[in-house]
Amino acid sequence: MSAALAEAPPETRVHYLNANYGIKSWLLTTDHKRIALLYLASITLMFFVGGAMAVMMRIHLIDPAGALVHPDTYNKLFTMHGVMMIFFFLIPSIPAVLGNFLVPIMVGAKDLAFPRINLLSWYIFIIGASLTLYAMVSGGVDTGWTFYTPYSTTYANSQVMATALGVFVSGFSSILTGLNFIVTIHKMRAPGLTWFRMPLFLWAIYATSIIQVLGTPVVAIAIFLIGLERLFHVGIFDPAVGGDPILFQHLFWFYSHPAVYIMILPGMGVISEIITCFSRKKIFGYHFVAFSSMAIAVISFLVWGHHMFVTGMSVYAALIFSVLSFLVAIPSAIKVFNWTATLYQGSISYEAPMLYALGFIGLFTMGGLTGLFLASLATDVHLNGTYFIVAHFHYIMVGGAVMAYLGGIHFWWPKISGRMFPDTWARLAAAIVFIGFNLTFFPQFMLGYLGMPRRYATYPAEFQVLNVMSSAGASILGLGYMIPLIYLFWSIRYGPVAPANPWRAKGLEWQTSSPPPTQNFEVPPVVTEEAYAYGPPGSGREGAHD
Amino acid sequence: MSVHVEPVWLYVLVFLCLMVLTATTVGVAFVDLGSFNTLVALTIAVIKMLLVVTFFMHVRHSTALTKVFIAAGFLWLLLLIAFTLTDVGTRQIPQQPEGWGSATTVVPPPK
Repeated sequence: MSAALAEAPPETRVHYLNANYGIKSWLLTTDHKRIALLYLASITLMFFVGGAMAVMMRIHLIDPAGALVHPDTYNKLFTMHGVMMIFFFLIPSIPAVLGNFLVPIMVGAKDLAFPRINLLSWYIFIIGASLTLYAMVSGGVDTGWTFYTPYSTTYANSQVMATALGVFVSGFSSILTGLNFIVTIHKMRAPGLTWFRMPLFLWAIYATSIIQVLGTPVVAIAIFLIGLERLFHVGIFDPAVGGDPILFQHLFWFYSHPAVYIMILPGMGVISEIITCFSRKKIFGYHFVAFSSMAIAVISFLVWGHHMFVTGMSVYAALIFSVLSFLVAIPSAIKVFNWTATLYQGSISYEAPMLYALGFIGLFTMGGLTGLFLASLATDVHLNGTYFIVAHFHYIMVGGAVMAYLGGIHFWWPKISGRMFPDTWARLAAAIVFIGFNLTFFPQFMLGYLGMPRRYATYPAEFQVLNVMSSAGASILGLGYMIPLIYLFWSIRYGPVAPANPWRAKGLEWQTSSPPPTQNFEVPPVVTEEAYAYGPPGSGREGAHD
Repeated sequence: MSVHVEPVWLYVLVFLCLMVLTATTVGVAFVDLGSFNTLVALTIAVIKMLLVVTFFMHVRHSTALTKVFIAAGFLWLLLLIAFTLTDVGTRQIPQQPEGWGSATTVVPPPK
C-alpha cells in the first residue's frame, strides 16, 4: 500500500465513489461499498419515518387524556414505529451498512463472496420496505409489532397482510446478507488472517449471520401461517378450529428474541474496535470476547420463553426459560468487563466515536441488568406489559444498538466518505444524544415500576410529570439525531480530506486509502500480526504507523 | 470443491423410493394406529427428507464444513420443537388450593 497514494486528495485518484457516475452505476452496482451506501440511505429514511411516529407518540402522551391523536391512531403509531425500527432499521443497520462496507475489506478481499446476491438482498429489502410503507399510508396496522394472534388473525381490520408481507419479504434480505457474510468470512480471508487474528467486529458479524440464517426462516413461517389463517381460515392458531394461539408466540419469539442479538451483537463488535483504538490497547481477553459472541448467538435461541411468562405458557416451561435467560447475561457481562479492563491503563482519548462507545457501555449495562428483573418469574409478573419493559429494551436497542451504530458511522465515516466530520459538533451531538436518551427512557423505568401499562393512549394524571420528562427527553434526542445527519451531509462536500488512517487504528481497512478503490486494495494484503497490536502506552508504538 | 456426477439410475432409484414412501404415507393414513399415527408419519417423512438431502442435494459429497452447517440447521429445528414441547407437554390448569377464590378470602375493594 503506497503511502503517497493514501494521502492524495480523493478527487485526484480513482476510488469507489468516482469510478463511475450515473444512477445506473448505483442501482446495478455489485460493489459491496456502494451497496452499503444504498442501505445507508434506505435505512436512514426508515429511521426518520419510525422516529417521526415516536415523536407523535411522545407529544400525545404529554397530556394524560392524550393530546394529539385518536386512540386507534395511537395503536397504529406504536405498531408502525416498532415495525419500522426493528425490521427496517435496527436489523439491517450495522450488518447491512457497516458489515457490507467493512467485512470484505477487513478480511482483505475484493468483495463479498456473492456480490450479485448482495445487490439482490438490497432489492428484496426495498420491496419489503415499500410494502410496509404502503401499509402505513393506506391505513396502517394496529396489532403491535409482535402480530399476536388471535387479534392479528381474526379481529384486526387494519393492514395486517401488507405489513406482514413486507416483514416476510425483508426477512429474505436478512438471510441472504447473513449467508454472504458467513461464506466470505470462511472462504475469503487474506493470507495470514487466521480466525484468531480477525477483528472482533468480524466475530460479531459472523455470530449475527448465524442467527440471521437460522432464525429468520422461523419468523417467515410464523407470518406465513398468519396469512394462511387470515385468508383461508386454516386452524393453526385459532383454538376454535384446533389451533393454539400460544404456538404463534413460540414461533415468533424463537426468531424475535435472537433478533435482539442481531441488533446488539454487531454493535458489540463495533465497540470492540472503537474501545481498542481510542485507548490504544490490545483488547483484554480477545478469545473470551470472540467466543462470547458465539455463546450469545447460541444461548439467544434458548431463552425466547421469557417473553411469554404471563401469556399462558406452562409453569414448568417458564422455569426452564427463566434459568436459561439468566445464562445469557454471562457472555454479555464478559464483554462489558473486558471492554472496561481494556480501558484500564489505556491511553484514552475522547473523540466522538469513543464518546458513543463509552455511552454504549453504560447504557447497555443498564439495559442488560434490568433484563434480569424480567427474567425473574416473580418480578416479571409485576413488570411485564409495563413501561419498565419499554425502557429496558430501548436501553438495549437505542442506548446500545443505535449508539454503537452512530459510533461506528463516525469511526468509519472518513473511510466511507473520504472526508472528516467536524469533531466538535460530533462530540456535542454525542452528548446531546446521551442526555436526551436518558431523559426519555429513565423516567419510563419509574413509570413501569409504578404500574403504567405500555401501549395505552391515556394514563392516570399522577403519571404526568414523568411522562412530560420523557417527552422532553425525546425532543432532545430527536435534535441529537438530526445534528449528525446535517454535519455528515455537510462533510461530504466541505469536510477536510481524510487521510487513510485518521485514528491511527489497526486493521486492514485502515491500510487502504480513504475512500478505498473499487477493488479495496491496490495490492492484495497479507496479515502478519495479531488484531489490535497497539503498543503499550508511552512506548511510542501506540499508533499503526510505527 | 470437486464436482460429483451421479449416475442417472441413482436419481431414478431415489425418486422411486420417494414415491413408494409417499404411497405408504397415504396408505397408513387409512389405518388407525392409535398413538403411533404421528410417529409413523414423521418417521416416513424423515426418511424422505434424508434421501433428498443426501442424494438430490449431493450432501454425501459435500465438505465437512457444509455438513456441520446442515447439522446445525437440524439442531436448531430440534431446539425449536423441544423447547416448545416443554410448554405444550406440561400445560395444565393449576389446582386451586382449598379456600382460594371463595367469598371469604376475597379482599374487599379499597374505599
